[in-house]
Formats: sequence, structure tokens, C-alpha cells
Amino acid sequence: MIIVGIDCGAKNTKTVVLRDNKIIGKGMILTGFDQTSAIRESLHAALKDAGIDVKDVDKISGTGAGMEEIRDADVRVNEVKAMAKAANFFVPSARTVTDVGAEMGRAVKIDENGKVIDFAINEKCAAGAGAFIEAMARALEAKLEEMGPMVLKSDKSIPMNAQCAIFAESEVVGLIHAKTAKADISKAIHDAMASRIVSMIRRIGVNKDIVMIGGVGLNPGFVDSLKRELEIDKVYIPPDPAFGAAVGAALVLAEET
Amino acid sequence: MAQYPTEPLKCWPKAKELRNKFYENYKQAHEKGGIRCMGSAWALDAVTMGLGRDVYWITGEPYGASCAFDSPLSADFLTAAEKFGFSRDLCSYMRNYWGSIIVGKYAFGGPLPKADFAYTQHICCSHGKWYQNACELEGGDVPLYVIDVGVGACPPFEPEMYKHRVKYVADQMLDSIEWMEKITGRTYNDELFFEACWNDIRLTHTWAKICMLNRAVPAPLDEKSIYSLYVFATLQKSSAAFAELYEELLEEVEDRVKRGIAAVGNEQARVMTDTQPPWGFLKIYRYLETWGVVSIGSLYTFGLEGMWLYDEDRNDLGPRPMPPEKPTSREEACRMLADWHLSKPEYQHFYSPEYKTEMMDAIAKNWRCDAIIMHYNRGCEGLSVGIAENRLGLLERGNKVMTYEGNMGDETEFDLPSTETRFDIFLESLGLKKREA
Ligand code: SF4
Repeated sequence: MIIVGIDCGAKNTKTVVLRDNKIIGKGMILTGFDQTSAIRESLHAALKDAGIDVKDVDKISGTGAGMEEIRDADVRVNEVKAMAKAANFFVPSARTVTDVGAEMGRAVKIDENGKVIDFAINEKCAAGAGAFIEAMARALEAKLEEMGPMVLKSDKSIPMNAQCAIFAESEVVGLIHAKTAKADISKAIHDAMASRIVSMIRRIGVNKDIVMIGGVGLNPGFVDSLKRELEIDKVYIPPDPAFGAAVGAALVLAEET
Repeated sequence: MAQYPTEPLKCWPKAKELRNKFYENYKQAHEKGGIRCMGSAWALDAVTMGLGRDVYWITGEPYGASCAFDSPLSADFLTAAEKFGFSRDLCSYMRNYWGSIIVGKYAFGGPLPKADFAYTQHICCSHGKWYQNACELEGGDVPLYVIDVGVGACPPFEPEMYKHRVKYVADQMLDSIEWMEKITGRTYNDELFFEACWNDIRLTHTWAKICMLNRAVPAPLDEKSIYSLYVFATLQKSSAAFAELYEELLEEVEDRVKRGIAAVGNEQARVMTDTQPPWGFLKIYRYLETWGVVSIGSLYTFGLEGMWLYDEDRNDLGPRPMPPEKPTSREEACRMLADWHLSKPEYQHFYSPEYKTEMMDAIAKNWRCDAIIMHYNRGCEGLSVGIAENRLGLLERGNKVMTYEGNMGDETEFDLPSTETRFDIFLESLGLKKREA
């Protein structure tokens, strides 16, 4: 059976194609303003990658902030349920899952079957979301992809007190004026963000193993900060973490079929 | 398909009429030769009724909630309060109330009538300043009397020196009688006071009995309706008309239970909530119904005005029994009222979040709740104090808990779509299925 999972996120739309629960194709497109065409294009990209045609697809499952726009979806799965299922699929021993999306950070407690037991989501503020790092990269005049690796070059620990992205930006500007090295500022930013996510994780309880889903999993600086904040040695990152929720959505549908 | 029969409440028209009349009376008080009094919904209003049957009240919290329910009006009031210099993180009822004075507009039509005096109490930090500022904003010549009720928790939580604590509050009431005579020039009538005191006790006792009936499955009342009904206890506890309304309501709800009439026809699961809701978004309760969920109430709706006794051994709450007889002396009436009101469940958490956790857990268990939905209400410091600890305590006691952030009286601090998303995730994790629209 071929099942497609589409995660229409605030920043990127990710699609995976699963044949009998094995990933055979992936596609990712910037969501932009036109969610419908992002969904269509990412689906085409994933099908092309899998080398199959749309008529070969048996079912489609949707998730993400824009899931209502996935018109052909047979089922829509909330993001928390999708990420829980994905974490369980990639790391069966997972009991805590975290996901840092562009506009939302989440922490989910799951059982041995990937069922959601408790969850925490950041409120209206961007402090626990990927948008926070992007805004700070702009303030630092650095490329987003440079931000994470920079963290690993710093051995300083500079506290950032601001909870809000706007106030944090002025703290960053203050550090720039104080001639603080970019690497140290980047570390301060990642540590601040990790501490917001960790406070969500602590709210539901820190239970090993911990899995991180979402594109920020590819940011080595953030993962390093997260481990330090959680005082643990290992955070599991599945292959292609950005596609985690799409995989999870497809798996939920596969289970229900 | 509805599983249980439903019916509208028969007392609605009467309830609406009484509420409108209450606000109309405040407006027309002077035409009737009466006195206007303002104060908190927790004020011991019965004491003022010894001045005559023509003392007309307005209570700040339900008035602030009525403003919040009308979004454009509330936006005007909140903006005016902010421009005046009041900070946005203060109690949002209070800001709506102050805004109403500053704008000079009464939420029930016409200009805001000026109070003749203010009579209030003081348990939350906001109460202390609310009427001081209100009196100043109303011209600076409105006399104010504040009763300090911050004396510690009642038994069984803190039984030490309870008698003395009751006396401390009762003595302030006694003193206030002389003060009221002086500022109004009226002679105090003790018989009227005894009657008002008894109405208060009867009304708050009856409310607890009504809430007890919501243990039934299906629940005869949903919390959205409860909000429209509990309000009478917040408007004026000493009102004979309101006490009678509750007695009629009690009979009606008993009858609903007997006949299996549900508030939510497709009741599949029961939740309880905590603190005031975001008043401009009561539709969230209708949203819960699409999941077959009925909110049976909360410590807030049950215990803001209802009088209960907490039984530690059984982890249960029951209506506090009424005193055997009406008071017959001024001292006795003050003591009776002080003792009665100090046992208000919503007073107790001001001394320790643990007390609230215990009572909430008792509701969750005995009203057969599947889960608890807590509103982290940024608009009310008083009732939100310790709320995160309550959540942890309730989780430790085996309850399923979800939280959402918002503000009871300032809609700029509430995000409807993301709250609905939270509900979806949480209710689905309870194994419920949403009814297709
Ligand atoms: S308890 Fe809440 S609503 Fe009442 S005065 Fe205090 S902050 Fe305002």
C-alpha cells in the first residue's frame, strides 16, 4: 500500500511517500503565501523522487498548520499526534518528543505505542519556535545555516533574559555593541531558545529517550544547547527530521487503514 | 444523533428579567429615593441592607465581565484605562470598570451612574486598589469602606484560632454600621439586616445544592449555562428575589435529573475547568460539545459564592449546612456572616495552592470528570495565583489536565484558533472523536 503524508507547515511543506511503511520518496517546498500550490509542488517532488505516479497513491494523510488546505487528504492528523507516531516509529524507546517548528515549539510525552499522554505547546510568543532563531540571525547579520555551527566554536556562557523575540533582539544588539564575538552571541541565542523548549519538556516531565523532530534537529548548535539544558548525553534525531510529522501522519493513516 | 433528551431551562426568562432589573435599579436608584452602592462581588452586601430596602448595588466583577462580553465596548474601556495610565497587566475586570468610569458610559445604556458610597472587601491584591481608584475617578467624594478578610484559611485547612479570625472580620462589619449611618444620615434597621443576612446564607447554600445535582450523568447543566446562573450570587447575595430564583432553579434541576434531561445531548465525556473563562469567547464551550464534551463546572463556578465544606477523609465537598436559625442580634448576624463567608472555597487558595488542588481533585472525582481544562487566566491574578502548582498537584493525583492561556476580560490576550487546536489534540488523546460539522 502506498500512503502519502503531507505536512503543510508555516515555513515549509514536506511530503513523504511510504510503501508498506518504508519511505520511498520525499519532497520539500517553501510554503509561502500560496499553500495550495506548495502542497501540490511538494507532492509532485515526492512522487518524482519515489518514481511513481499520483494514480499509484492509495491514500493521503495531512498534518501541519495548513492541513485544512490539503484538499485530497483522506484524513487530517494533528501535529502532536503525528510527531508522537513518528518518534515511536524511528525510536521505539522514545517517551518524550520535542519539535521546534517555525512558529511553534512542542513537547509531547508518549507511551510505548506512540500514544500521546501529555503535551505542552508554546503560547503566542515566538520564544520557543524556529522563527526566534531566524529573527536573531537577521539581527546578527548571519546566514541561518551558519548559526548552529557557530555555537560549537564558543566556550562562553552569556545569559539572555528576554522571553520575547523583540526584546531578545535588543539584547543581541547590545551584545554586538559590546563587541561580543558572533559565536558567543549565537550560543547565547541557542541556549535561550533551548531553555524555553526545556521548560516545556519539564512541564510534561523529562522521560528518556528523548527524540527531536523537525528541521531544527539539523542545527548542531541547538541540539548541543538542548542536551546541556536537559543535562543529558543524547537526544535522538531521526534521519531527515524535517519530514518527521509527515511520516507520522502517514503512519497514523496506515494504522487506521 | 443526540443520546439524551435536552430542554431549555424554564427559569431563563425570569433570570434575564431579574438581571436586567438589577442593572436598571442601579441606574434609577436616585429617582426612587434610594442609595447606590458599589463594591466587589465578594463584598458582604447584606450589611448595607440595614440602611433600607432601597440600597441598590453594582458589583465590579460581573459588571467587568458584562463589559468584556461586548468586545467593542470593552475595547473602548480598556483603551481608556490604559491611556489614563493603568497598566495592562492589572485585573481586566478592574480595568473595564475603571474604563467605564473614565469613558462615562454604563454598559447597560446611558451614562454611568455615580455611586453614593463603596463597600467592599479585600482578599486579592487588586481589591485593595480597585475601589480606592474608582472612588477617586468618580469625583473623589465617594466614601469607601473596606473589610479585610485576609485572615487565613478556614477549617479543616487551618483550624487554629479560627474563632478569633471570625471575630476580627465580624468586628469590622459592626464598625461599618456606624460608619454607614454617619455617611448616609440614615438610621440602621437591624431587622432588615437579619433578613438580608439570612437571604445571603440561603442563596449561597442553595447554589451549592444546585451544583451537587451536576454529579448526575448526563449533567443537567453545562458550564456555559452555569455562568448565566451563578451570576446572581455575584450580583447581590442578600437579595430575596435572587434567593427565590435559586430555590426555583433547584426544583427545576432536580426535575431534570429525575427525567434524565441533559445539558449536552451527546454527552460522551465530562470535564471541569478552572478560573473565569475568556468572556468574549464562550463559544469554546460549544466547540467542546462538538467532541461530545460537557463542562460540568469548576471550583470557580461552584465555590466563588456557593458555600461548601471540604471533607478531608472522604476527599469530597458537600454544601455547608445552614445555621439552625436566623440571627437575632447585630453581633450574632455579623459573626454568622463572617464565619459563613470565610469558608468560601475560592478564598482558600490565597493561603496555599494545595487547598485548591484538594478541592479541585474532589470535584474531578465526585463529579465524574474525565479531564480538567485549566485557563491560565492572565486577567485575574487573584484566582490564578498558584495555578501551575494546581496543575501539577492534579496530575499527581491521576487527573488528565490541559491548559490554555487567555484573559477573562481582555480579548487581545486570547487566541481562539490555537486554543481550539489544543482542545483537538487533548480531546483526541482522551480517545474522543469529533462530530463532523
Ligand atoms: S480575584 Fe481576580 S477578578 Fe477579583 S479583583 Fe482579584 S484579579 Fe480581579
